[in-house]
Amino acid sequence: MLLKEVIYLMQKDFVLEWRQKYAFNGMLLYVGSTVFICYLSFSLRFGSLEVPVWNALYWIILLFTAVNAIAKGFAQESRGRLLYYYSVVSPQGVILAKMIYNAALMLVLSLLCFTFYAVVIGNPVQDVGMFLVTIVLGAIGFASSLTMISGIAAKAANTGTLMAVLSFPVMVPMLLMLMKMSKNAIDGLDPSVSLDEALVLLAINMIVVTVSYILFPYLWRS
Amino acid sequence: MRLSWWKWLTILLLLYTVVVGMLSEVPRLAILNETIRNLYFHVPMWFGMIVILLVSVVYSIKYLRNPLSRNDIIAYEAAKVGILFGVLGIITGMEWARFTWGEFWSNDPKQNASAIGLLIYFAYLILRGSFQDHQQRARIGAVYNIFAFAALIPLLFILPRLTDSLHPGNGGNPGFNAYDLDSRLRAVFYPAVLGWTLLGVWVVHLRTRLEVLKQRFYENA
Repeated sequence: MLLKEVIYLMQKDFVLEWRQKYAFNGMLLYVGSTVFICYLSFSLRFGSLEVPVWNALYWIILLFTAVNAIAKGFAQESRGRLLYYYSVVSPQGVILAKMIYNAALMLVLSLLCFTFYAVVIGNPVQDVGMFLVTIVLGAIGFASSLTMISGIAAKAANTGTLMAVLSFPVMVPMLLMLMKMSKNAIDGLDPSVSLDEALVLLAINMIVVTVSYILFPYLWRS
Repeated sequence: MRLSWWKWLTILLLLYTVVVGMLSEVPRLAILNETIRNLYFHVPMWFGMIVILLVSVVYSIKYLRNPLSRNDIIAYEAAKVGILFGVLGIITGMEWARFTWGEFWSNDPKQNASAIGLLIYFAYLILRGSFQDHQQRARIGAVYNIFAFAALIPLLFILPRLTDSLHPGNGGNPGFNAYDLDSRLRAVFYPAVLGWTLLGVWVVHLRTRLEVLKQRFYENA
């Protein structure tokens, strides 16, 4: 029953995204121009970035992209449509569908960001497989914690500021783990070195998803 | 003035902490020297903060189960007192770090974690401020409070253990437990933790009574 709802709601989100391609294209342009601005402002024509800077910059670009991309998740739904959902589906279905959909969106965005970033700024990554695993974990983590926060922020008046203020501190533990993992991947260390970080990330994700699953019905009701 | 027994206990414990904490013998340790007495003031702040934020979360959960405005008031006031304890903890820690580590801020994982923890709770205050409607403010505030507390747990208890810290007891620094948290320190430290925490509970108690009275006054006015 719940599974059916989740699949149905996800389909709806994908169809909506497909019909309103300008929003998705906007996100792509956002990623592209941010990477290009970074390229210009570090004046990289004369040399490449050092590895820690490259790493930090990549995740910061992704963080801002994620906040912007996911913020519109609940804000774009009109009041009437929300009321309609309220009468036909369960809140758990809504939050799970949104999370999975946002994770997919973030995965696409972060892969594209990585490609563009690697082409323009250079690619020091030695263990690409591990780096991709990190990106997948990051996309799931960003999506799970930001979905709930976007739900909270959408209820308030100044959604934009609130989204950033509420999400940044909550994201920090995740971001630190991700940066450490991707640093290991860039240096080409053995994957077993990153096992600790990966487990902590999974644990954080599980906490966040569980808490969102339990809390979302209360948020939904108002 | 009649005070209940735990308030007398608070007063006694804090008097004991300040007087005995300042005057008693402490172990002589290199670098730490007399600053070891900060153990009675800095460390209890964090214990107090965690306990009081826990109270805040418990009352947020209570509010979601049973939306009484009293539950919301307690959750909100406890979060504010938790922030106060956190700020005091950071200030006492920075002052101490200036004399032992040489800098107010040394990019220590525990320092960073506590600063981020404070940011989370400042965001909670901002979130509450941005709603006009009382019930909506209370419900969404409660949701964020619980969510933020869940996010705070890995920050405070897992991450600092994965990285080396300058704090005593981490990364090869002499820990208080290793050989020097002897009975003299313990005799003041445990009462100090209890005393400061009870003081926080007392403040929350008073603020809650004040807010409840205010609400009643405005309803009747």
